[in-house]
Amino acid sequence: MSANLSAFLYLVAGVLFILSLRGLSSPASSRQGNLFGMIGMAIAVATTLANHPPADGLAWVLVIVGIAIGAAIGAVIARRVPMTSMPELVAAFHSLVGMAAVLVAAGAFYAPEAFDIGTPGNIHPQSLVEMSLGVAIGALTFTGSVIAFLKLSARMSGAPIILPFRHVINVVLGILLVVFIVGLVLSGSAFDFWMIVILALALGVLMIIPIGGADMPVVISMLNSYSGWAAAGIGFTLGNSALIITGALVGSSGAILSYIMCHAMNRSFISVILGGFGGETAAAGGGTGEQKPAKLGSADDAAFIMKNASKVIIVPGYGMAVAQAQHALREMADILKKEGVEVKYAIHPVAGRMPGHMNVLLAEANVPYDEVFELEDINSEFAQADIAFVIGANDVTNPAAEEDKSSPIYGMPVLQVWKAGTVMFIKRSLASGYAGIDNPLFYRDNTMMLLGDAKKVTENIVKAM
Amino acid sequence: MEHAAQVVDPFIFRLSIFVLAVFVGYFVVWSVTPALHTPLMSVTNAISSVIVVGALLAGGVANVSSGSGWARAFGFVALIFACINIFGGFLVTQRMLAMYKKKSK
Repeated sequence: MSANLSAFLYLVAGVLFILSLRGLSSPASSRQGNLFGMIGMAIAVATTLANHPPADGLAWVLVIVGIAIGAAIGAVIARRVPMTSMPELVAAFHSLVGMAAVLVAAGAFYAPEAFDIGTPGNIHPQSLVEMSLGVAIGALTFTGSVIAFLKLSARMSGAPIILPFRHVINVVLGILLVVFIVGLVLSGSAFDFWMIVILALALGVLMIIPIGGADMPVVISMLNSYSGWAAAGIGFTLGNSALIITGALVGSSGAILSYIMCHAMNRSFISVILGGFGGETAAAGGGTGEQKPAKLGSADDAAFIMKNASKVIIVPGYGMAVAQAQHALREMADILKKEGVEVKYAIHPVAGRMPGHMNVLLAEANVPYDEVFELEDINSEFAQADIAFVIGANDVTNPAAEEDKSSPIYGMPVLQVWKAGTVMFIKRSLASGYAGIDNPLFYRDNTMMLLGDAKKVTENIVKAM
Repeated sequence: MEHAAQVVDPFIFRLSIFVLAVFVGYFVVWSVTPALHTPLMSVTNAISSVIVVGALLAGGVANVSSGSGWARAFGFVALIFACINIFGGFLVTQRMLAMYKKKSK
């Protein structure tokens, strides 16, 4: 196959990847988009194998066995993973992209002829620059994603780990990284190459450990972005347009998602990176308001009030997913709809543990996506709603974000549930939420607290209906 | 006139593709509905594993020196990682997207 033809086919693959993201502009076109992505990937792999076939029989065996192992593991994971674990899965996948970038660069470093970038010990300086950037970002993505995975899957505490002098350590590591990148470009030595890998691995750990659990949606988006930039860096080394296009797409996608998540939490990107959030605020907010009286209700009361309402807006939070209450919730909504009650769902951008997580969880419970609305689209409707049914959410409904300038979440966009006729809260207790802030809504006159496990309470409401 | 000598470095072409793709990505991703942001992340994961082309090159290199032996080993492991991502990423995205249904009426 001629070099021009293969370059053209890589371009086709790149365009198909663009179309696969484009398909996600609506659920109706999304499945076709995913198919475009798969076709693009098949074209890219087939082109590489046709243009640079494995050199001998053993190499073919390695390639086929490698693909088979990866495919089997990937398929099993994709089928088995519960939807609540999507954030961990995505973090784990990011780490694999990062590590693959490091390994591919290492392969290119030891066998540069295969990549047309020079001969061993005599690689073009420009390729070394591209390679070292890809390696550094890839290694950083790898360890950063591993830490994010451990935090998201609760194998490691979500509390921020603050090392003394951490900013100094990070700056020193960053400077050393630059020194070794320059060293690699000048000398082409393997020592410099592996020093870059080690330093970037360390930097990845240090960057993510001080970031608290509440900021994980930003971290996971940010690592998505990094994995893209790492791929683009390797794409420059290989001179492969499919890889460059994809890296740029993924890099900007992750950057936009990070921006959206930061905006939804009213946090600046810099303050998330600097970390520490979720630790000290918990200490400041805990244990203050619990003496105040809250109005407690029973499942029967809730069922009666809701059946006689004309419009109910359901506000689900991560607590609902933890309790696996989404199916019971949908059952409740179905009964209400049969009674002629208008039911809508309101989703805050950070309702789940990653961007769009809550939408997936509701979709899994067979909630039609045209009943689910984003914050900006539904906030004006709470005033006309008889009931706001808050299940497993807390901070995203906290009026302090709009009223109390001293609150740590002041300025964060929130769902204005308090404008509804009655607010029902399903919660385990009156304790503060994930961000560790007391919610004054619990003690208002038009609020009814339904204390208990989200799933049990919802099931009791369904029974009472 | 020495036009023949003024060849543009391929790096500049790659850079042009990269910069334009960043802009394409910017506009395409803003048009993604927030309801599909999780599938967006899993599919970007899958497509960024097109890095598999590098793994195939390294894994299939001619075995002529100790260097190429290392390249094969690195390529093999990278191939497994990238394929986990490709298959896992596309299939889990497909599974998620299959759940998004309209009101059945």
